[in-house]
Amino acid sequence: MGVGKYKPTGRKYGPPIPSCADYPADGNKLVGSLREALVNAGLRDGMTISTHHHFRNGDLIANQIFDIASELGVKDLVWFPSASFPCHNPLIKYLEDGTIHHIEGSMNGPLGKFCSEGKMRGAGVLRSHGGRYQAVQDGEVHIDIAVIAAPQADAFGNANGVNGPAACGLLGFALADSQYADKVIVVTDTLVPFPCIPWQIHGNHVDYTVKVDKVGLPEKIVSGTTQITKSPDRLLIAELTARFCDKAGIVRDGFSYQAGAGGTALSIGIYFGEILRERGWKARFIRAGSNQYPVAMLEEGLVDYILDGQTFDLEGVRSMRENPGHVNTSPFTSYNYHSKGNFSTMVDVVILGATEVDLNFNANVVTHSDGYLLHGIGGWQNCLFGKCTILPIPLFRDRIPVIRDEVTTLCGPGELIDVIVTERGIAINPLRQDLIDKVKDSGLPLRSLQELKEEAERICGVPRKQEFEDEVVAVIKWVDGTVIDCVRKVKA
Amino acid sequence: MPTERFAQCGNLGDDVRSDCHVSITLRQEGGLVIELDSKVARLYGDDILRQASDIMEFYGLRDADLEIRDSGALPFVIAARLEAAIHLVLEDSREWLLPLQPANMQSTARDLRRCSRLYLPGNTPKLMLNAGLHAPDGLILDLEDAVAPDKKHEARFLVRNALRSLDFMGTERMVRINQVPLGLQDLDFVVPHGVNLILLPKCESAEQVHQVNERIETLLKGCGQQRAIWIMPIVESALGVVRAFEIASSAPNVVAMAIGLEDYTADLGTRRSPDGRESFYARSAVVNACRAAGIQPIDSVFSDVSDMEALRRNVLESKALGFDGMGCIHPRQVAVIHETFAPEKAEIDKAKKIVRAFEDARSRGLGVVAIGSKMIDAPVVKRALRTIATAVSAGKLNQNWRDEDENR
Repeated sequence: MGVGKYKPTGRKYGPPIPSCADYPADGNKLVGSLREALVNAGLRDGMTISTHHHFRNGDLIANQIFDIASELGVKDLVWFPSASFPCHNPLIKYLEDGTIHHIEGSMNGPLGKFCSEGKMRGAGVLRSHGGRYQAVQDGEVHIDIAVIAAPQADAFGNANGVNGPAACGLLGFALADSQYADKVIVVTDTLVPFPCIPWQIHGNHVDYTVKVDKVGLPEKIVSGTTQITKSPDRLLIAELTARFCDKAGIVRDGFSYQAGAGGTALSIGIYFGEILRERGWKARFIRAGSNQYPVAMLEEGLVDYILDGQTFDLEGVRSMRENPGHVNTSPFTSYNYHSKGNFSTMVDVVILGATEVDLNFNANVVTHSDGYLLHGIGGWQNCLFGKCTILPIPLFRDRIPVIRDEVTTLCGPGELIDVIVTERGIAINPLRQDLIDKVKDSGLPLRSLQELKEEAERICGVPRKQEFEDEVVAVIKWVDGTVIDCVRKVKA
Repeated sequence: MPTERFAQCGNLGDDVRSDCHVSITLRQEGGLVIELDSKVARLYGDDILRQASDIMEFYGLRDADLEIRDSGALPFVIAARLEAAIHLVLEDSREWLLPLQPANMQSTARDLRRCSRLYLPGNTPKLMLNAGLHAPDGLILDLEDAVAPDKKHEARFLVRNALRSLDFMGTERMVRINQVPLGLQDLDFVVPHGVNLILLPKCESAEQVHQVNERIETLLKGCGQQRAIWIMPIVESALGVVRAFEIASSAPNVVAMAIGLEDYTADLGTRRSPDGRESFYARSAVVNACRAAGIQPIDSVFSDVSDMEALRRNVLESKALGFDGMGCIHPRQVAVIHETFAPEKAEIDKAKKIVRAFEDARSRGLGVVAIGSKMIDAPVVKRALRTIATAVSAGKLNQNWRDEDENR
């Protein structure tokens, strides 16, 4: 439809009205096991079950839920995670035996392969973090049971992610689920007497609490992509990006930026830090996925606030626990498009990745050029609304060119993507004449996307166009709930 | 010939990228069977199979099993791996060559700036592809220490193909061959293919330079080329240091000489220390020999790639000793080396003043150069001219600085 064209009508979704009469006055909602909680919550065929990725690859709960469902003989469940990780690969057996009907959430690795080859019974639905909140709020997805894994909780259901041996930072991705699901279960390994402070999740939304031995593996929230890149080529891309931002006047006293957890993005943050330090400037806020690098900037006084959507390492967790300037956010505050504004539009510059870009600056972030699903959308689509969106990407990965005539899957419209930085040149979207004017005499290597594409194809050869079956295996939602593209089954 | 012959070349493994591994079994019958396992199969599978068939056909290999395990290798890499394997199972001296890129036929000037030269392991394609982007003055495809002994054979094919196909982005194309006499065979793979400069490691005599030059001459004649190929001997032993001038002045195409301190200190029976006192004599001897012979003195590499501050200090010392440049083993070292070797602003301003006074005196037919009442000696003018030239080539001073200064 186009950006901002779809106008929602009607009212937000309302969950059933509960009554305190049905809950224990002493606040003790503890039940004996996750199995008991699921049975009490009425687990049955066809339900939608949600989980969250605060532990990233260290999640221990999602697999247990479907083990229990399988033991109970429950079928055709919809799994609605905020993201999936390699630790969830064991769920493939439940997709095969019908315990799980389909997944609405990111799919990568073996799960992505399973879906891409058309083996999942229902079509997958991929949403951004903001789109997930929007879908729940608008009633597009009705969650029957939300299971929230929390590093610390009280028996009433108040919970947080900053304390306890499995501290993972924050629980923002579970906010919508706690507000709108029919039934909410909080699972923790660290039960404290009421009150559990801070209460990132309010016990007033919670039906049952469960104590387990281990709720998650916090050391696995650190993924391989959360280190500064050592690749000289990627460092060059990072340096070019930082120089572009400087020459374009984006880096200034009081500016703000979003940098994700990728090695290149982190290195750009380091370059920003150097500029700020050298000139005695201070950024107002960093929008993050935080880890040790933005934390170091906060502690050095190079930035006033980190507005954090998820923590990527234990330094981030520590900082969030100790530093009032390190603020936890949720997809509601940062990304939800069906809202009275959100702060993604207020960020001066956002640095994002992409698997492919076409000549009109449209970009793909979910599929590989061979058609297989390999990434979730994350906050990517939501961040495109920042004042300047930059994709620093290598011109080719191994032999695979990144700039294509047409992206395999459209995830973000070119009108929101301003600059592509590659190691062999920088392309600015012609819609951003203001940026072009600012950097035209800067000495930066400015090129057109067409030129960059031709250069990559000179080196790599022209890749064969992929063919797909007609069958749709997944749809990609835009931030407003409309379908922006679909993913078709790969040809065998 | 035995009934079956087998060979394999290339690299495999989780962190191997932009490379491939090829194994080939020659048979008496059964036709050509190619098995391709490639991470880019869906995008380039047909191209890879076509290229492999073409090469097999070129060598008349119609009965063979060929297995290619590809991690995103570019065509010049695939060709090198396959050809290297074929030459192990077949007596056939013909070469299967991709076109020589026009830019890779350009010669370079004798006095080109050689402040930085970046070493690239000759058998690791992924490090080659974007190396030119880091803008060193020269890129060295290394056949010597960076290549394991059992990989020397296949590295020669890869280096040859890289010289023909790789975009060097205007940097000087250098190859470090193995020590003479083994290195003489390396020349066959590089001389006809656009190399600009040969680094001659562990050089200990003028005779070694002459041997290399004879082979170069024969090879150039053989392929009908007439162009300059420069030589940069590397002195890496006590004997080499003693003979520094003999080597530096051994042939007119020796344009620079480097010192290699790892081997040199080992030869002395000591090791490299942070302040480098043990190599002070050798470094000075090399600088002195080079200046006496009118060529560029080049310092050893600095091996701690993570410590840019220590590198900077090392370069400052190198510059103070009189060196014109040094080797790099990581792209991030290039900028630091250029920046630190380049003259500082005060040096440039002073040099400009002297050069202007010199030119003014010359145009007025005066034999004596003076600034105010101070006389300027000829060597001071010479040094100022060199400072200006270095500043211009480092991008610190505009080529037309005289006009710019006048317009101000």
